[in-house]
Amino acid sequence: MTDFAQLVVAKYNYWIYITLMMIGLYAIISKNNLVKKILGMNIFQTAIILFYVSIGAKKGATIPILEHGHGPAHGAGSHVVHAADYMNPLPHVLMLTAIVVGVATLGVALALALKVYRHYHTLEEDEILAQIRKK
Amino acid sequence: MKFLGLVIAFITGVFLVYAAVDFPDWADPESPASTHVSPHFIEKTMEETSVPNIVTAVLADYRTFDTMFEATVIFSAAVVCFFVLRTFLKKEEREERLYRHVLTGVTIRVKEGGRIPPSDDFERIDDSWIPHDLIIKTICRLMVPFIQIFALYVVAHGHHSPGGGFQGGVILGASVIVLAMSHDLRTTLQRMREKVVGILCAVGVLLYAGTGALCLLLGMNFLDYSALAPILGVGPVTARSHGILIVEIGVAIAVMTAMVWIYNNVSSRGNYNEGL
Amino acid sequence: MSTQYPALVVVVPLLSAFLISAAGWANKRLCFPIAVVALAISTYSCFGLLVRVLNEGVVVYRWAGWDPPWGIAYYVDHLNALVLTVVAVVSLINLVATKKSIDEEFPDKLGPFYSLYVLMVTGCLGIVATGDAFNLYVLLEISALTGYGLLAMGSKGRAPLSTLNYLYMGTIGACFYLLGIGYLYIVTGSLNMVDIAGILPSLYQSKAVMAAFIICMVGVWLKMALFPLHAWLPNAYTYAPSAASSLIAPLATKVMIYVMIRLILTVFTPEFAFTTLSVSNAVVWLAVIAIVVGAVLALQERSLKKMLTYVIVAEVGYMVGGAWLGNSAGMTGAILHIVNDALMTLCVFLAVGNIVYKAKGHCFEDLQGLFRKMPFTMGGFVIGALSIIGVPPTCGFFSKWYLISGAIKAGQYHFMAALLFSSLVCVVLFFRIIEIGYYEPFSEEHGHGHGHHQEPSMEEAPLSMVVPLLIVAAGLVVVGLYTGDIVEHIIRFAIPKGLA
Repeated sequence: MTDFAQLVVAKYNYWIYITLMMIGLYAIISKNNLVKKILGMNIFQTAIILFYVSIGAKKGATIPILEHGHGPAHGAGSHVVHAADYMNPLPHVLMLTAIVVGVATLGVALALALKVYRHYHTLEEDEILAQIRKK
Repeated sequence: MKFLGLVIAFITGVFLVYAAVDFPDWADPESPASTHVSPHFIEKTMEETSVPNIVTAVLADYRTFDTMFEATVIFSAAVVCFFVLRTFLKKEEREERLYRHVLTGVTIRVKEGGRIPPSDDFERIDDSWIPHDLIIKTICRLMVPFIQIFALYVVAHGHHSPGGGFQGGVILGASVIVLAMSHDLRTTLQRMREKVVGILCAVGVLLYAGTGALCLLLGMNFLDYSALAPILGVGPVTARSHGILIVEIGVAIAVMTAMVWIYNNVSSRGNYNEGL
Repeated sequence: MSTQYPALVVVVPLLSAFLISAAGWANKRLCFPIAVVALAISTYSCFGLLVRVLNEGVVVYRWAGWDPPWGIAYYVDHLNALVLTVVAVVSLINLVATKKSIDEEFPDKLGPFYSLYVLMVTGCLGIVATGDAFNLYVLLEISALTGYGLLAMGSKGRAPLSTLNYLYMGTIGACFYLLGIGYLYIVTGSLNMVDIAGILPSLYQSKAVMAAFIICMVGVWLKMALFPLHAWLPNAYTYAPSAASSLIAPLATKVMIYVMIRLILTVFTPEFAFTTLSVSNAVVWLAVIAIVVGAVLALQERSLKKMLTYVIVAEVGYMVGGAWLGNSAGMTGAILHIVNDALMTLCVFLAVGNIVYKAKGHCFEDLQGLFRKMPFTMGGFVIGALSIIGVPPTCGFFSKWYLISGAIKAGQYHFMAALLFSSLVCVVLFFRIIEIGYYEPFSEEHGHGHGHHQEPSMEEAPLSMVVPLLIVAAGLVVVGLYTGDIVEHIIRFAIPKGLA
């Protein structure tokens, strides 16, 4: 039992983000309103971004900006840099890209929802399907 | 449908949790992610690119090809919003407009196709205009230059502190959007016309891809900034640092204009008549 | 310059897309020439790259001068080079063929349309050429976003709604792929495909690797419209403008099938995919259901375009089933079918585009008497239909041959039965169309001039739309005749030795 509890506590970041992802996934599939689906999509993407960033954490490390960057010596060999002192920069870089992609998708989705609203005058999916079936 | 969604989300969640049991612990310094590729970035970035901010160095130099496509993503989102939403209304077809006589506060409604003689006594107002907006208008107008200076600082200091092209570009775009929200869309459209915004967006990403093409033409691989060393007159390592700055500026221009373009199109629903 | 071919393939269309967008504000007539020149240079580079790969083997291109796995690299081997060439040729022919219909549908938005078109092609080319898993995700999103923009400007109301549904499913698929890559990164620490393939063999028993594979596969299946995740495809492609659907229908799903094959063959080697993980039987059953469902649903449709989209759903089933059979004949069939299906789909969708341009509709009632009015278009359509059915010497026959022989060798007789069943259904589908097209409407012709026999004049689509269609139709036969060479010199090297 303590083994299981230790498992839960040591990897708690994964459990939280997976829960968030599933909330977002549930929203995309089940909600009726088009904008609520877009919000669910955003929650899903944000949860994946948080998941990646949590991979980069390192115990006892600081942010990935070198201290004494352009110090007085300003030459190679003046300071030896240890990788264990700084956090993993790669997930941060990847998630900068993923955030931008998420924003772009959000913009396009809202533009499409606007067009749908302009034509059908409603954002509820069942009402739109009813209008289509009537035609 | 709701039950199906619950079932799918639950099964997927259980599957993901089951697989994550094998993962390294949180903040484990010996995890494969922290020991395989990233130590090279952390240890060698100063001597290979002379940029202390490791994230900027990886973003704009080691993985710069990815970042170019990231800028392309934001550019294409702006173009899609423009393509999908924009409708060009002729001057005669414009919907009814509201005008307010400044001195007396009387509001008149002009039907479609009607015109009023141009005069300073009448100001055009939006459908959703509220009176008593003097405080908001003044404060936002005063804030905008400071926001823009801060944005330029963020772009320029991407090498030494958290920042860079995307962050600075978004803040620049936010400065224009704050003006559009506190005043109205026509104010910003007078200052940054649609054509200017569209061309600048393409110019920003062209700056990024053009730098890469320049490196290609000078003999090295695409986006290999050390090829710029003879042009800039510095050593290859400093040339990388300057190359990073040039592409970050291109990204900032592209992101700013893309944000403004998307806001213009979405808030006015494509007709550029009245914003939010 | 030949060392820079891998760069030119992707960079030239990218730069030209930005130039088109800027030029569109100044002078609209500049957009089309810039797009044609850019895609022509890219196609030339693809052919040059194919020749280089045939002579030297795998071509590696290090972007920004950094070695992998610290930088991003392109690995172009035989599989890549073949699919790159197909993508470039399809997009170039489609661009030339649809110019008139674009001028008619979007006269004031030419700049954005061509810019999005070229960006979509850049995204597809980049997906095929890249050797970095995260770079693939970014390019996937570029091709997806530009695709949404292109597909949304069709019939009012239904096109944005269908595209929005496609957006939801497509984003879930891309996010699943990103999650799978994240799982791989956590256990290996690298993003480079070859590097991951080197580290993985020691980790095959780990649950995380199995989960990563399944999540990546589900994401890719969502984007290629494999049953039961196919619901977005028919509506999204039917209500789109004809220029957009004839670009996206041949390319989008085939590129995702390439991604699936690349994940199976290179990243997770075939031993893992087929032996350690024992899901291949289930996947082949899924493909069988996809083929049957696609064929049956196509029979019910009264609109030519929607019927063809269900045929695409069935074709995806062919390729997924062929790849998962687990032997080299099936994999050869799947890879060959990527090439053939892209060309066949382009052929029929170009024909539909011509029909929509002249007859202004794509339901069965609009097709009456078309063989008299548009003989060349219908001729090209018939050749495309014969290829989808699988009649020699068109290329469709040969890829079906490989798939069936792979199915027999693997003992998956249900897959062979599904292939034969769908061929029969396609015969019914297409002969129904040919019959409607042959016989003109009965009433008016006999009511009028009882004395003089009125010949309905030929109202063929303009030359710029008919000639590319005939070139593609001829290409179907030529590719069919050269199948032996293609398999012998290119595809044989794409399949690793370990596969039976």
